[in-house]
Amino acid sequence: MSIPQVTVSHVVFVILSAIALIGALGVVTTRNLFRAALFLVLSFIGVAGFYILLEAEFLAMVQILVYVGAIAILIIFAIMLSQRLMAPGYKASNEQWLWALVAAVALFAALAFILLNVGWPTAEASVPQGTVAELGKALVDPDQYLLVFEVASVLLLAALVGAVVIARER
Amino acid sequence: MDFILNFWVEFGAWVGGLLSNWGLPDWAVNLIADFLGVLILVVIGIMAVLIFTPMERKVIARMQDRPGPNRVWPYGLLQALADAIKMLTKEDIIPTHADRALHMLAPLIVAIPALLVYAVLPWGPGLIGQDLNIGVLYIVAISTIHVLAIVIAGWGSNNKYSLLGAFRVVNQLLAYEVPMVLCILTVVLFSKTMSTQGIVEAQTIPYFVTMPVVGLIFLICAMAEANRSPVDLIEADSEMVAGYMVEYSGMKFAMFFIAEYVTMFAAAIVISTLFLGGWKFFGLEDLAPVLTPVIVFAKSVFVIFCMLWFRATFPRIRFDQLVGFAWKFLVPLALVNLMLGALVVKLTENIWGQAGLMLLGNVIVIVVTFFILNRAARRMKEAPALKRIVAVER
Repeated sequence: MSIPQVTVSHVVFVILSAIALIGALGVVTTRNLFRAALFLVLSFIGVAGFYILLEAEFLAMVQILVYVGAIAILIIFAIMLSQRLMAPGYKASNEQWLWALVAAVALFAALAFILLNVGWPTAEASVPQGTVAELGKALVDPDQYLLVFEVASVLLLAALVGAVVIARER
Repeated sequence: MDFILNFWVEFGAWVGGLLSNWGLPDWAVNLIADFLGVLILVVIGIMAVLIFTPMERKVIARMQDRPGPNRVWPYGLLQALADAIKMLTKEDIIPTHADRALHMLAPLIVAIPALLVYAVLPWGPGLIGQDLNIGVLYIVAISTIHVLAIVIAGWGSNNKYSLLGAFRVVNQLLAYEVPMVLCILTVVLFSKTMSTQGIVEAQTIPYFVTMPVVGLIFLICAMAEANRSPVDLIEADSEMVAGYMVEYSGMKFAMFFIAEYVTMFAAAIVISTLFLGGWKFFGLEDLAPVLTPVIVFAKSVFVIFCMLWFRATFPRIRFDQLVGFAWKFLVPLALVNLMLGALVVKLTENIWGQAGLMLLGNVIVIVVTFFILNRAARRMKEAPALKRIVAVER
């Protein structure tokens, strides 16, 4: 068995994995909810790094824009708005921890099973360059993802209308 | 002649050749070249503070009919240097019961997103940190990290004014990001590329001339994102002292200060790239390619001058009006322009035809907008006083 050659991308992969894993570990171990949200951001940025390593720059930027710029900020906003969570001595777990444990173990088992049983075939074709234009065309092509795209738009519109209805004063 | 035409590219190649003549291996040459490039970009960003703080104080002073800083030689232009030395000697204070780690973390990361943006800002043909094919998306995505830094600062200070500032950041910056992205989309529709270099090359006529409404919306949003008065409600000192940076002193405050000016300069370059033709100036870029960075810089200084002009002219808006302005006025207007742009691009392929149609459409949009605003204002005027207050708040 030959020793696999270490390239720059291997090193980068290890660093990015460390960032993503440290972030993920921090989310579940820290007791402070605000810091947990920040660790989540670190994890998201690590994942964005993976996308760049895979030459999917568009996905990487969307990852940062959507997850760091929107979702993480919303989580932090929700934490800051709920005063009780800011108080010291707040318990990080609630009475549903047993069910959460079962779900987490089941998910881990399923992922590990898939990870070990897939042959990970590699494609012959090289990575396409400048994928943004093709992605855009595929999203509005009736033969490809137009229906999914439109359904997602309607879903978002429904969420917007719902937010307006809830926020409206009577 | 060829040397002069491609001055900056040749200059880069010359530096590279010099390094490899010293017997360095290829990877070392690349590493040093990349490092030099990054160093230059970062220094440009930091220099913005030294250039634009005196400019801001002098311009605002002139507009308000007072001398402004005039003690530090010459004409008070070195005031920024004196301020920097003062900042360095200030005591570093961490509030009691503050989250120490987060309090220290915020000033560390606040300038990073602004400096990262410089990587995709074009200074001339081939003169760019990295010509990403998703350039403008990169700018938008990286800028959102700025929000995070301010939220951390607001949280980590254990101060209610800081926290209020952090609340406002999320509210204001997210509200103004939406019309900004819609404006960028309109530009991308016409240039057919998201690369910043490609957008400059596609601008035969500067986009500000063909779609002034989009340019103005973008300018307002950029000012809100860079936290400039009159839309600097995040740190509105008359309402909540200085918002998220109340508890910061010395160099930690200086980092926020630096970040603000770095962001402002980046925003100005982005505006001159997207709307004012970037490094193009009536064919001057072909005659003297050496001057392309000067052209970009001059345009950016002009944009910053306009921002200062706004600051000196308009009073600060109330916060709910500010957010309402973004969602109820800028977003619909930007959406109309986006649809107009899509229609125009579909109607004709000719660049001049597109420009003419877009300009016509923009004029119609301006007229209709003024008509609607006029009617709303008249309705508000005729309504009884109590209803008027309600109408303003709605």
